[in-house]
Amino acid sequence: MFVYLDNSATTRVCEEAARAAQSAMTETFGNPSSLHRLGLEAEKLLRRSRAVIADTLGARDEEIWFTSCGTESDNTAIAGVWESRRKTGKRVITTAVEHPAVLAPCRRLQELGADVIYLPVKRDGTFDMDAFREALTPDTILVSVMHVNNETGAVMPVAEIKQAMLEVGSSALLHTDAVQSYGKLKIDAGELGADLLSVSGHKIHAPKGIGALYVRKGVHIPPLILGGGQEKGRRSGTESLPLIAAFAAAAEKVCGDIPARAEAMRTAKNFLKARVLEYVPDAVVNSPEDSVCSVLNMSFPGCRGEVLLHMLEEKDIYVSTASACSSHSKEHRSHVLSAMGLSPELIDGALRFSFCAENTPEQMDYAAYELEKAVARQRRLMKAFKK
Amino acid sequence: MDNIYIVRCGETALKGDNKPYFERMLVQRIKKVLESEEGVCVERTDGLIFVRAPQSADQELIVRRASRVFGVDSISPAREIDISGMTAEDALSAVGAAAVEVMLGLIKERGVKTFKVEAKRADKTFPVQSPQIARQMGAFILKGCRVLKVDVHEPDVQLYVNVRRNKAYIYERKIHGFGGLPLGTNGRGLVLLSGGIDSPVAAFMMAHRGMVLDAVHFHSYPYTSERAWEKVKDLAGLLAVYCGKLRIFSVNLLPVQEQIVQNCPEEETTILVRRFMMRIAERIAKEQGCMMLITGEDLGQVASQTAEALVVTDAAVSLPVMRPLIGMDKVDIMEKAKEIGTYETSIQPYEDCCTVFLPKHPSTKPKLEKILMSESLLDCEALTEAAAASAEVTVIQPRSDI
Repeated sequence: MFVYLDNSATTRVCEEAARAAQSAMTETFGNPSSLHRLGLEAEKLLRRSRAVIADTLGARDEEIWFTSCGTESDNTAIAGVWESRRKTGKRVITTAVEHPAVLAPCRRLQELGADVIYLPVKRDGTFDMDAFREALTPDTILVSVMHVNNETGAVMPVAEIKQAMLEVGSSALLHTDAVQSYGKLKIDAGELGADLLSVSGHKIHAPKGIGALYVRKGVHIPPLILGGGQEKGRRSGTESLPLIAAFAAAAEKVCGDIPARAEAMRTAKNFLKARVLEYVPDAVVNSPEDSVCSVLNMSFPGCRGEVLLHMLEEKDIYVSTASACSSHSKEHRSHVLSAMGLSPELIDGALRFSFCAENTPEQMDYAAYELEKAVARQRRLMKAFKK
Repeated sequence: MDNIYIVRCGETALKGDNKPYFERMLVQRIKKVLESEEGVCVERTDGLIFVRAPQSADQELIVRRASRVFGVDSISPAREIDISGMTAEDALSAVGAAAVEVMLGLIKERGVKTFKVEAKRADKTFPVQSPQIARQMGAFILKGCRVLKVDVHEPDVQLYVNVRRNKAYIYERKIHGFGGLPLGTNGRGLVLLSGGIDSPVAAFMMAHRGMVLDAVHFHSYPYTSERAWEKVKDLAGLLAVYCGKLRIFSVNLLPVQEQIVQNCPEEETTILVRRFMMRIAERIAKEQGCMMLITGEDLGQVASQTAEALVVTDAAVSLPVMRPLIGMDKVDIMEKAKEIGTYETSIQPYEDCCTVFLPKHPSTKPKLEKILMSESLLDCEALTEAAAASAEVTVIQPRSDI
C-alpha cells in the first residue's frame, strides 16, 4: 500500500491544478504584458487567479504579489521591511523555531546591524507570549512569527500577537509565514492582523515554483527583484502564468473546503497517533495538544528517525525526520525540537507525519503496523549494541 | 586537413622487449576513450603515438581524454608538414612557412610577444643539424611576424620543431598526463569502494599501474540511505573516466552486522565487520578472477587501521591485500582526490556502513585469538556465503561530460 505522509514537505499536484497549468501552457500562453489579444487573455487569467488567491486570504486583489515560492515571499517581506524602516528602529523579533526561510534572512539583517531577538518557545513548542511582551520595545520594526510550525504543527497565536502590539502602541509590522497553515486553517489576513503573510503553492497541491506574499494595503516595501516592472513593479519577471493558474485552481479547491478537508486530516492524524501509541506505548508525542490537523511529530526512544524512515520507505510509506541526522554533529539536529528542550535521544528518534485530506484510516493502520515492526527491529539491534 | 596530436608514452617506452605490447595496449586505450568522436584515428610510429582527428572534432576534449589515459606522459596538439621527397632547403622553407602561420595565430589569440624555437632532428639523415634548424626557423618567424622578438629565457611561447622521416611537426603546448602503465597490463583487482575520500584514490593508484578494476561496495540499508548508494555510483562514474567502465558489486552488510552486534563484544564490532568485508570481497574476487583486494586504508588513520588491526584484518583472507595509501598523510590523500576530481563527491555527508554501529571505544589493538573466539560464536562461512551471493552488480560507464 502506498502511503504518503510527507505532505508538509510537498504534496501531489491535484488534477484541477495540473489541468489549469496545461491550459495556460498550451492555450492561454500569451505574455500578460503583450499588447495584443493573446496578451490580454493572459492578463485576464492572471487577474482571475489573483482574485482567487486574494479571496482565500480575505484580502483585496492588489494586496497579493505572486512570487516563486514561500522562501521568496519570506525574504521579500523581511528584507523589505528592514530596508524601508531601518531608520526608525533596529529591533526585529522572531522565534527560534521559524523556517530557515525566515531565520536565514534574519541572520543577514543581524549582519547589517539589526538587533534580532529569537524568542524561545515553551516546552510544547507553543508561543511564549510573556517573552514576546518583554522583547517588544518601541524601536521594534518587524515581528515575524510563523502561523503554524512545520515540524510540530504548533499553531502560533498571530491575532493575539497583533493585539499585544496594539496594546503598547507598537508601530512594528507583523509578518507571518503561513505556508503550513494555508489550506488547513481558515485564514483572514485582516482578522489575523498580519501586515505581511507568506503562502506557497506546492503545500496545497499546486506545483512547486509558485508562492504569494500578502502585503496589506498601505504598507510599502521595496521589491527584492528588479526588472520589467511586472506585478506593478513589486516583483519583476514575466509572470509564470501556468503556475499561477495552477495555484489558483488548487487554492480554490482546497481553501473552499477547509472544514471537511481538515476533518479528514484530523481523523487520519488522531487515528495514527492512537494506533502508534497502542503499538509503541513509550513513543512520545512532540506535537502540542491543539496542533494543526496536518502535522504529527513523534519520537521513538532508542531508535534513529532516519533509519525508521528508510525502513518505512521499503514498505512504500513516506515520512520525514525532523532533522537530517546523517551527521551526528549537534548542528544537524532539528533546531525546532532543540528549542523545545528535547533530549538528543528524542530528537534523533523523531519522525514527522504530515497528512493530506486523501489519507485514509486503512493507510494509517498499515503505517502504524509497519512502524511498530521497524521500531522493534531497530530496538532489538540497538539494545544488543548498547549492552 | 586533420588535426594531429602527438602522444608521448612515459615509462612505457622503457619496457624493453615488452615495448610493443605496452604500446599496443596504450593505443587500444586511447582509441577506447576517443571512440565517441567520429573520424578519430590512432597510430603508432617509432616511439610516438599520433592521434588524427577531423577539424570538426573537439580539440580540448581529445586532449583531456587522451591525457587521462594511463601510460601517457604528455600530449601536444601539433601541425604536421609533409616533407617527403623535398630537399633540405625546401623542407625547411615549408616548415618555416608553417611556423609563421602558427605564430601569427598565437599573436592573434593570446597576444604573444616573445618566442623561442627548439628543434629536434629525429631523422639523423636529415642534413641540417638541430641548432641550425632552430636558428633558421627563428629567422623565418622574425621575418614573417614583425611584432615578435626572441627571448631565450622567458619566452611567451616555446615553439618546438621536430623533423622526422618524411614529416615535420610543430607544436607549442605540452599537456601532461598521469604517466603510469596502460590499463590491462597488470592484472585485475577488486577495490573496496566505500564512498569516502580514500578508496577512490586507492583505486586510482592501482589502475594507474595498469590494473583493471572491479569494485565491491558495502551498505547497511535501511541504516544507510539510497543517497549514499547514488554517491558511490557517482564516484564510480568519475573513476571510470580513468579506469574504464567499472562493475560494482553491492552487498548489504546489515545481516552480518546484526549477528555481530547481537553476539560479540561491542568494542570488537568494527574489526569484526572489517574481517567480514574482506571475506566477502575475497569470495567475490575469486569468482570474478581478481587476484588481489585493494583498500583505501592508511596506517593509523582510524581504529580499524592501526598496525595491529590491519594484521588481524589481513588474517581473514588469503588473497593479497593492496593498500596503496598506507604511508600517505590524510592531507596528501585529499590533495590527490582533488587532483583526480573525486573529492567534492566524496565529502557529501551520507553515512556509510562503517559508521552505523560505531562502538564508543573501539579496540585499537585487537588480538587475533580473541577475535577468533568471538567469531566462533558466529557461522562465518554461512554469513559470508549468503552476503556474497546477495551481491548485486551494477555496471558504471565513465562520465561522458568531463
